[in-house]
Amino acid sequence: MSRQILLGDEAVALGAVHAGLSAAYSYPGTPASEILEHLVRLAAETKAFTAVWSVNEKVAYEEALGASYAGKRALVSFKHVGLNVAADPFMNSAITGANGGLLVVSADDPGMHSSQNEQDSRYYVQFAKIPGFEPSDHQEAYDMAREAFDVSERFGLPVLMRLVTRLSHSRSPVVTREPRPQNGLKKGAAKDWILLPGNAKRRFGQLLDRQSEMVRYGESSRFNVLQLADGDRKLGVIASGVAYNYFREAVAGDPAPPSFLKISTYPLPTDLVRKLVGHVDTVLVLEDGYPFIEREIQGLFGIPGKTVLGKLTGTLPASGELTPDIVRPALGRPALPALPPSGLPLAGRPPQLCVGCPHADTFKALTKALEGEAGSNVFSDIGCYTLGALPPYNAIHSCVCMGASIGMARGASDVGLHPAVSVIGDSTFAHSGITPLLGAARADTDMTVIILDNATTAMTGGQPTYGSGERLLRLIEGLGVPKEHLRTIEPLPKNHDQNVRIIKEEIAHRGLSVVVAVRECVQEQRKKRS
Amino acid sequence: MKQDIILAGVGGQGILSIAYVIDNAALADGLFFKQAEVHGMAQRGGAVQSHMRLSDGAIWSDLIPKGQADMILSVEPLEALRYLDYLRPDGIVVTSSTPYRNIPDYPEIDRVLEAVRRAPRTVVVDSEKLAKEAGTVKAQNIVLLGAAASFLILKEESLLATIDALFRPRGPVVLEANLKAFALGRKAALGS
Repeated sequence: MSRQILLGDEAVALGAVHAGLSAAYSYPGTPASEILEHLVRLAAETKAFTAVWSVNEKVAYEEALGASYAGKRALVSFKHVGLNVAADPFMNSAITGANGGLLVVSADDPGMHSSQNEQDSRYYVQFAKIPGFEPSDHQEAYDMAREAFDVSERFGLPVLMRLVTRLSHSRSPVVTREPRPQNGLKKGAAKDWILLPGNAKRRFGQLLDRQSEMVRYGESSRFNVLQLADGDRKLGVIASGVAYNYFREAVAGDPAPPSFLKISTYPLPTDLVRKLVGHVDTVLVLEDGYPFIEREIQGLFGIPGKTVLGKLTGTLPASGELTPDIVRPALGRPALPALPPSGLPLAGRPPQLCVGCPHADTFKALTKALEGEAGSNVFSDIGCYTLGALPPYNAIHSCVCMGASIGMARGASDVGLHPAVSVIGDSTFAHSGITPLLGAARADTDMTVIILDNATTAMTGGQPTYGSGERLLRLIEGLGVPKEHLRTIEPLPKNHDQNVRIIKEEIAHRGLSVVVAVRECVQEQRKKRS
Repeated sequence: MKQDIILAGVGGQGILSIAYVIDNAALADGLFFKQAEVHGMAQRGGAVQSHMRLSDGAIWSDLIPKGQADMILSVEPLEALRYLDYLRPDGIVVTSSTPYRNIPDYPEIDRVLEAVRRAPRTVVVDSEKLAKEAGTVKAQNIVLLGAAASFLILKEESLLATIDALFRPRGPVVLEANLKAFALGRKAALGS
């Protein structure tokens, strides 16, 4: 037993290692990146297991599923939208089941600190009908990760743990326990893993049959806590995840705190919910993300004789991250006295590209090359270069999801838009840009794809990438992009005029061209120097 | 015994190093703590903050409720102002007077410092000057940590031991500069 300072993400990672993890896979994405970063560090130190940055989340999921099929304990982690990319193997793995324990960690981002939406991964737990966990603090993140593997093997199913930014990126000491040894190899049963309709129907029936057992597991789980107060029975609170902390914070020191149920496992522990609701007149539901629990217990028609309050009733805001300052008034507690604002208008300080960033030079050249092209559109993608949307660049017109820039530019070109330009980083290109470019190359679509090759996954802290430098150029050529329209530029201020000319030439070409802007990320250069 | 601190600054100014030192000192002192920080997109030259909660008892929320921070510790004066509503009416602001101007509409520095000084208790140190005096302008964050040290519920030897552990691998010159930055910040705060 020892006490270690860990991020919430790292607590999950270490819990998994101590549960006998054999293999872990991920694609970087805030706020989940630090899970695999920690595992990569530990794997390098101990050489006891595999930890790999995969090409994308779908591939990561399939790699973890293969390790589970082979009987070993495996983890796959990503940010919430990464689960969309991995949704196909995820949903089907609920039918095949898991052989060795399989822990899926999906880190949601309520408040969209670094994301394009605030989707709630608990709906995926319900969608796939598998067990789900939601820790409130670091110790639980560690303990639940360990238990999740046992639960996965007990039910023979993948298990999903939902994190949120606030826990993923908070540090606290965690008490660790003796590690468990890894599983031996043990092949999966082919009749369960070949999802031909006959097998899949049988497996789905088995999945449905296990649902009530999952509910019973939750009802007896030590992670779910029901506390019924003897005195005031007007208000009871149902809280999950970090919202539970905000509730306890608000009532700390109260001589008679309200009755509450802390929910940490899914499907909902029905019996515990019934007991809490039966004990009080009004139930306040506190949950970070969508009103998942609230909708479940409220249904379409509500509960006769009871009032349920939450995000659906406007008691709490329907969007954004919960905070102690939002939860306090919802519990009828007055705000604490605080200093008034200074009165000085505070200039905002948005994030920006680093001084000397190669993307800045590429955007300057691109914007110049598009001068006078009133109908042009620059479809962009996910990465540091999305900051090209902000002044002084104002250089891009879309950012939707990983790899979308190439498919969108093709669609726009197909319906007559010219110039149709796509801007995508090397890591995002490897993740989801190769397949749409393969299609565009076959059609010789009139569009210009600019690949920003900075040789890293920069926004999330510099994880490795799969297609960079010569390897990237050969890959693009192999997809069928004509050699004479595959150009490279070095984005530097001294090359500005030449770069503008090259981009202009390729935009003028009424077919597919790819311009690769090659210069290493300045942060990565700095790391190598120090 | 408890203390809630908002750490503030601009991405790249070393807020997380301050947090690292405080975290490890708290662990050595046997305290509980939770420290919420910002990663990802906001780190790129944007405003960053970290909520640091220290206590000898249980801590619930990772975030400090507004009106409950005992201290704002900022490596940049404009950033110190951004979180005033988190401060208790009798809380203290420990900040650098050195502006970080990476935005076009940065207010006049005299007006920023005047607004800082309207807080009930303030310690303002010239971190740029003191860090240069210590040997590296990069040590401004440690100057600020030194300036805050006398007001923290942590043992000074625990802070110094962590600074030692953090900077020793980077060589004796860097270590010496940071220890000196800490001492200069501490002295400046007591004289201000």
